[in-house]
Amino acid sequence: MTINGAGATFPYPIYSKWFDEYTKVDPSVRFNYQSIGSGGGQKQILAQTVDFGASDGPMSDDNLAKAPGKLLHIPTVAGAVVLTYNLPGNPSLKLDGDTIAGVFLGQIKKWNNPKIAAVNPGISLPDQEIVVVHRSDGSGTSYIFTDYLSKVSSEWKSKAGTNTSVNWPAGLGGKGNEGVSGQVKQTPGALGYVELIYAIQNKMPYADIKNSAGEFLKPTLESVTAAMATANIPEDFRFSMTNAPGKDSYPIAGATWLLVYEQQKDPAKGRKLVEFLKWALTKGEEMAKDLHYAPPPTQLRDRVLKRVSEIKT
Amino acid sequence: MPSVTTFEASPAISGRSIAARMKPPSRIGDKAFECLTLVMALAVLALVFLVGWQLARGSSLAIRRFGFHFLTTSTWDPVAEEFGALPFIYGTIVSSLVALIIAVPLSIATALYLTELAPLWIRQPIVSLIEMLAAIPSVILGLWGIFVMIPWLRDYPFPLLKRWFGWTPLFRGPIYGVSMLAGGIIIAIMILPIVTSVSREILRSVPNLQREAAYALGATRWEVTRIAVLSYARKGLFGAVILGLGRALGETMAVTMVIGNTPQIVASLFAPGYTLASVIANEFTEATTDLYLQALFEIGLVLFGITILANLIAQLLLKTMGSSMGTRAVQ
Repeated sequence: MTINGAGATFPYPIYSKWFDEYTKVDPSVRFNYQSIGSGGGQKQILAQTVDFGASDGPMSDDNLAKAPGKLLHIPTVAGAVVLTYNLPGNPSLKLDGDTIAGVFLGQIKKWNNPKIAAVNPGISLPDQEIVVVHRSDGSGTSYIFTDYLSKVSSEWKSKAGTNTSVNWPAGLGGKGNEGVSGQVKQTPGALGYVELIYAIQNKMPYADIKNSAGEFLKPTLESVTAAMATANIPEDFRFSMTNAPGKDSYPIAGATWLLVYEQQKDPAKGRKLVEFLKWALTKGEEMAKDLHYAPPPTQLRDRVLKRVSEIKT
Repeated sequence: MPSVTTFEASPAISGRSIAARMKPPSRIGDKAFECLTLVMALAVLALVFLVGWQLARGSSLAIRRFGFHFLTTSTWDPVAEEFGALPFIYGTIVSSLVALIIAVPLSIATALYLTELAPLWIRQPIVSLIEMLAAIPSVILGLWGIFVMIPWLRDYPFPLLKRWFGWTPLFRGPIYGVSMLAGGIIIAIMILPIVTSVSREILRSVPNLQREAAYALGATRWEVTRIAVLSYARKGLFGAVILGLGRALGETMAVTMVIGNTPQIVASLFAPGYTLASVIANEFTEATTDLYLQALFEIGLVLFGITILANLIAQLLLKTMGSSMGTRAVQ
């Protein structure tokens, strides 16, 4: 039996790991997952051409209304978005939301701006132009980042807003995480945002970010899971975990979701899919950290598992 | 010698009898072949119309919503759902022109060298190398662009250009590396092979008689090349350039990686730009709302239109170039 899915690219490494491992648990199912992007994933599950979809952002009310049946959001893992930079000597920087919004709005233009200096005492910041680099392609990473900026800056919210791609007020666009990290690495004075894993793999410095409790936090898997634990998560699991409360919560993070119909059309397939989801949320989550994804906290996981068991086949 | 006569007579007789027995040759094969090729030719035409129709249908909502403003406004805001294609149109045309300005002299000079001047033993290796350039995948070229070309351009040629030509609006402003100029250069590299090989074929088809006649009149090598070869082949060479332009307009991946992807209209070639093909490649996969998707479809329609328009203009230019001797070289 083959179960087909399509969608988000951000969780693709862990999903393919899960699908691969799961063939050992249940050799009778094969998963076929196309990482065509969240937009494609939402479209395909709405058109019912796949058995499950995947998206890095929750579906909008408009899109959900188009679904022929009740569509469930199953959060699987979360990831951090980090601010990476290229400065002489690459000092360990601290940044707060107000400053980041100012830079990405094009209002803070130099590295030695008093706002940056104020939170980085003791670091000599150069009188150099900040070259802002953002993603040019539509992406879940941009969604998380702009969602964060919209929460910390009302000016950002009204000028650019939250989306997989926005009308960027400033900066250069790089294609993909590799495009942004490449450009930041190549351009002295650059500041950009990438997924945590890209900064780690490319050995790039990333800033500590001030969270809503006023603490400067390093992006780690623990601080992302902590943010998921304190975020306000509604019954349908369409939540945003940026700028979550709590002193241990890293503020620029987001979850990724699987999209599954509550009423499965094919009972046999539906049962297998539910079995897989249960496995993924328990055994599967143990693999998350090795691949640099943050697993959901136990409390949330229990809520999701309960919802999964309500899927009708 | 009776044997000889029979020997001579028999084939003639049998030949005649076969001819007599044979029906007039059947034309069915010819007809079938003609029909088949006609269908194929029409299929290509139908494909073009189908693509255009499909694009127009896919963007009907956006066309109705924005109308002509889509082509004349510059805001591209997926959040507020306001879409205007002007900066992308500008970027596509400018980056393609930059590419042509760089690639055409290089390609034609290379082709001239290969057909007129190079020693025979060196021609084939060079041709193979150039064709190999065409085989490099676009995305590889793009990555090479980010990691090798951009830093080099930013540190050496761009500051020089700024120093020498900074007084023109074309080379002003801060240098980031990623820029319209970098986009044009990467496109130039990508269209070099096709323009070179087509130009070479055209120059090779210039009859030797032309060259010999010019030499006979006492022309120098340069005069032979200029008078007998280049002017003879100029229509064909123009065709090669148009082929290159067609490619340049649609180049996507490598350009996306080095052009900076900023929808703006700025005179400076050091400033980042954006092309029609790039915005489709960038945003199509993650576009979730209908209007957004339709606007991207309309971008495709605009690109389709520009490509057709460029070809039409080229055809007109070819016509006005007059009936030079070069017509044969084109065909």
